[in-house]
Amino acid sequence: MIKAVMVMNTQGKTRLAKFYEYLPVEKQQELIRGIFAVLCSRAENVSNFIDAESIFGPDSRLVYKHFATLYFVFVFDSSENELAVLDLIQVFVETLDKCFQNVCELDIVFNYSKVHTILDEMIFGGQVVETSSSEIMKAVEEISKSFLYPFLLCLSKKTC
Amino acid sequence: MSGSSLMDSLFQRSLEDLIKGLRQQLIGEQAFISKALEEICKEIKSTDLSTKATALLKLSHLSNLHFHGMSFAAFHALEVLSSPRFSHKKIAYHAISLSFHDSTPVLLLITNHLRKDLNSTNEFEVSLSLQCLSRIANVDLARDLTPEVFTLLSSNKLYVRKRAVAVVLRVFEKYPDSVRVCFKRLVENLENSDPQILSAVVGVFSELACKDPRSYLPLAPEFYKILVDSRNNWISIKVLKIFSKLAPLEPRLAKRVVEPICDLLRNTGAKSLLFECIRTVVTSLSEYESAVRLAVGKVREFLVDEDPNLKYLGLQALRIVAEKHLWVVSENKEVVIKSLSDADPNIKIESLRLVMAMVSGHNVSEISRVLVNYAMKSDPVFCNEILGSILSTCSRNFYEIVVDFDWYVLLLGEMSRIPHCQMGEEIENQLIDIGLRVKDVRPELVRVARDLLIDPALLGNSFLHSVLSASAWASGEYVEFSRNPLELMEALLQPRTSLLPPSIRAIYIQSAFKVLVFCLHTCFVRGGSIVPSASMDNFPAGVSASASHESFDEISVENSADATVVHGQTHASAPITKASIVNLLNLVELALGPLLGSNDVEVQERARNLLGFVDLTKPEVLNSSVQEKEDSEGKGVETSKIIKLMCDAFSKELGPVSLSAQGKVSLPDGLMLKENLVDLEMICGDIKPPSSYSFSFGSPYEEEKDWLSFSNLHIKEDSEQSNESTSLLAEHRKRHGLYYLPSGKSELISNDYPPAKDPTLQGDINDNTDDLVEITEESLNPKRKPNHGKPRPVVKLDEVDEKPVAMKQPEPRDDSLSSAVRDVLFGSEDIPPTSSRSNLSNNPSSKRKGKEKQHTDPRVESRENVIDRNSSSRRSKDRSHGKERRYRSPKKKNAEERKNTDQKEKEKRHRDHGRHKSRQRAEEPLKVPAQTSVIPDFLL
Repeated sequence: MIKAVMVMNTQGKTRLAKFYEYLPVEKQQELIRGIFAVLCSRAENVSNFIDAESIFGPDSRLVYKHFATLYFVFVFDSSENELAVLDLIQVFVETLDKCFQNVCELDIVFNYSKVHTILDEMIFGGQVVETSSSEIMKAVEEISKSFLYPFLLCLSKKTC
Repeated sequence: MSGSSLMDSLFQRSLEDLIKGLRQQLIGEQAFISKALEEICKEIKSTDLSTKATALLKLSHLSNLHFHGMSFAAFHALEVLSSPRFSHKKIAYHAISLSFHDSTPVLLLITNHLRKDLNSTNEFEVSLSLQCLSRIANVDLARDLTPEVFTLLSSNKLYVRKRAVAVVLRVFEKYPDSVRVCFKRLVENLENSDPQILSAVVGVFSELACKDPRSYLPLAPEFYKILVDSRNNWISIKVLKIFSKLAPLEPRLAKRVVEPICDLLRNTGAKSLLFECIRTVVTSLSEYESAVRLAVGKVREFLVDEDPNLKYLGLQALRIVAEKHLWVVSENKEVVIKSLSDADPNIKIESLRLVMAMVSGHNVSEISRVLVNYAMKSDPVFCNEILGSILSTCSRNFYEIVVDFDWYVLLLGEMSRIPHCQMGEEIENQLIDIGLRVKDVRPELVRVARDLLIDPALLGNSFLHSVLSASAWASGEYVEFSRNPLELMEALLQPRTSLLPPSIRAIYIQSAFKVLVFCLHTCFVRGGSIVPSASMDNFPAGVSASASHESFDEISVENSADATVVHGQTHASAPITKASIVNLLNLVELALGPLLGSNDVEVQERARNLLGFVDLTKPEVLNSSVQEKEDSEGKGVETSKIIKLMCDAFSKELGPVSLSAQGKVSLPDGLMLKENLVDLEMICGDIKPPSSYSFSFGSPYEEEKDWLSFSNLHIKEDSEQSNESTSLLAEHRKRHGLYYLPSGKSELISNDYPPAKDPTLQGDINDNTDDLVEITEESLNPKRKPNHGKPRPVVKLDEVDEKPVAMKQPEPRDDSLSSAVRDVLFGSEDIPPTSSRSNLSNNPSSKRKGKEKQHTDPRVESRENVIDRNSSSRRSKDRSHGKERRYRSPKKKNAEERKNTDQKEKEKRHRDHGRHKSRQRAEEPLKVPAQTSVIPDFLL
């Protein structure tokens, strides 16, 4: 089960935070700060794991990936495979890349809802439901269409 | 009204405006956010749903990324949720999943919204609603929406169905009774050929199996089939997770899955799946030697891989194997040790743990040497990590793996000299502990201590102060092994000791006192300038019976052989002459004079003690140094008497005291311990406590009466101070817990410790010295571990009771969820509901039925019928299969046969119509007999 997904930049600003169990916002902030403190002290080209048990409690693991100015952090428990979650981060970033054509930090900043939608297509209540980036793209596009569809309906009703 | 709302929505800032504003603000982020929040609070009260939705979205954004609480908007989120527009719904669901939790008051109002959306024709609406349910479901929501989830479990839209499968996890967890409704459909989905659905179902089962694996054993055949057939790595990983939980429970299952897992190990190209196979083999199938060998081969590939992730995971896998197959670690020793200098802190720590797992009695010195070398080279954090693990490993179970204590004490000394060392306190504890417990090591301990004390540079390192305190204590306590007490004295009194904290300084002064007394004693009582080490050897047994304390004698006898050899070569140390004594006394006066005004009571008092002693002896020493030796023997009687007494006082062995020592003191006749002491006050009332009580060096027996009355008084005082003293005592016990035994078990302890104050012994010490020597010898003799080849010189008192209380066996999890699952799987639905189930809010099942009648259409009724029919048909099946089973013995051969027939049946069913097939398959696990103890033989 995935416990949390976070994206933060190299200054420690949160760009995306998703916790799959309810946590009060103060606690979320504390956890993210704790993780960032460890992340920024790590060198390049070292392994992508951090000891998460001191931050998240027992039975938690953490993998992260560093892309340009962003850290992508996934926290999960023993029922996930570390390398598979690393692959999942890759899928997530690839999908973002496809969605925004060469994704950068600003895309994530300005497309708050869309990034959440993409993540929700991949991970559902802490479980991975989709690992193919093309499938995710398809669903996201469908969802943006259904944004418009009822809206058009409404308009047509009003005009009638 | 409509006009104002139109204005609102026209001029409302969108989320993008907010984000842009946030990035360009000049007034400070917090100020900007609080202004935006004010705005949002106004907008969210708008009657226009679009305005409301935008406000809610902005609020969610601020809550998610800037951590502002949004619980105040809970009801507004519900209002937006009621909008017919999908985009509004989406915003509302997002806000709800961010902010709702079990105690949100409006949670009850969401049920109908969720139900409406779950029944929606738009698959994305259904998905949003399911997503929300998976995040916020509580008992009530889970119960009320179980029928909808049940319907969606067989939805023909894959997109919805896999989410319905995933949501089941939360629903089961919150409302275990839903297992009765949904479990069969969930199992049916295991048969689905679509990898997405399968992945979701297997994911759910792997989560469920984590919590209570035993309940899912009957599903093993399905999982086995997936394991063999699956070409999807995600699914294979999840199935492996399930099997790593199930295999330890059922050896026949383990035997069955070893082969497919080994095949995967050999053939897979995906590292994630490969690692999962390795992990499954080393955790759950570690008794299959060939599988372990294969896995270890793959681990070795990981270890030499460039990718630090693989290396790290490989080391982790090794650590799991090490518990059962230590040879694996030894085989990869070189890689592991090389990893100690890896750039990655994770890898370093992991390899350190592995190295520590390899440590045993015969390689401890070799490994420690390597590790200390690494510690010297590495960064402070890892250096202390290494030192800490050496210290804890070596001291484990009373220094179980340390054979050569001289070596270990040297190592401790060396470790404390490593520049980054911050483990001072642990080293201090171990030095003192070993000094007390291991008699043979004392000469070496004193030498190590001397080396540490004499180095003025170490005094500047505050992390080492505690090590120095232990060294000072050891060199004072065991000064008789010192080669050059004069040098020691100088080290203890060197000017840089002013850098020490007062508590440690006090220890230095006290040790200086002991050393001084020893020097004086050597010089005067034993007659003149004898080199102390030599004096040990030719120590005349009869010089003074009181001075010859037992350990001293014993040591000198034991060590005489090598002591003369070793010490003979290093005799460069100056012999103690009267001139040197005079110098010494002057040095003490010089060094401690300023301390008489010290602010710290402990330092001041000890300095005063020592200076008082110097004042007492100095005139005599000066006097005698002028006169002839014979004269000094005549006139210096007073001095030598004092010196002898002090020497006696210090030379008493301070061994570890058994906690049960008090219990062994036999009660003297006439002493009534349980008498009421109320009248004590009356007796003591007229005795004035002496204002100052000076300790007398004279015979204790002359003052016995005073003592008694005094101690009586103290009893009274004690009771007043009892709080303080008990807390002190408790603290002492905590610190020196090793020397205490748990109370209340005194009768269990073997009688290897002498009565602490046996009246017969107390009578005349001198007469019974021999006995005493014998007894203490006996008590201090090295205890032997029964299975240990070499004699263990460690004094271990608490052998009897040291074993920690056995870990509480984890209660077999029998919570309502697993019992519900078992009920469904083992077909014992007829048993009355367990208490835990009925605990759920007042009889949920009846409530559920009521609600269903209220809200749902006849579809539900028919669905219930389907369930009923299923169960009845299953029962009839059960009966027939039960008969069949009765004639089968659960032998392997038959089981194989059965497997074959199963296979044929499956093939036949493949040709059948899909729906029929899945229903039959789903019933298969239900053929299991009701008793869990009987292992279903289709496992094989």
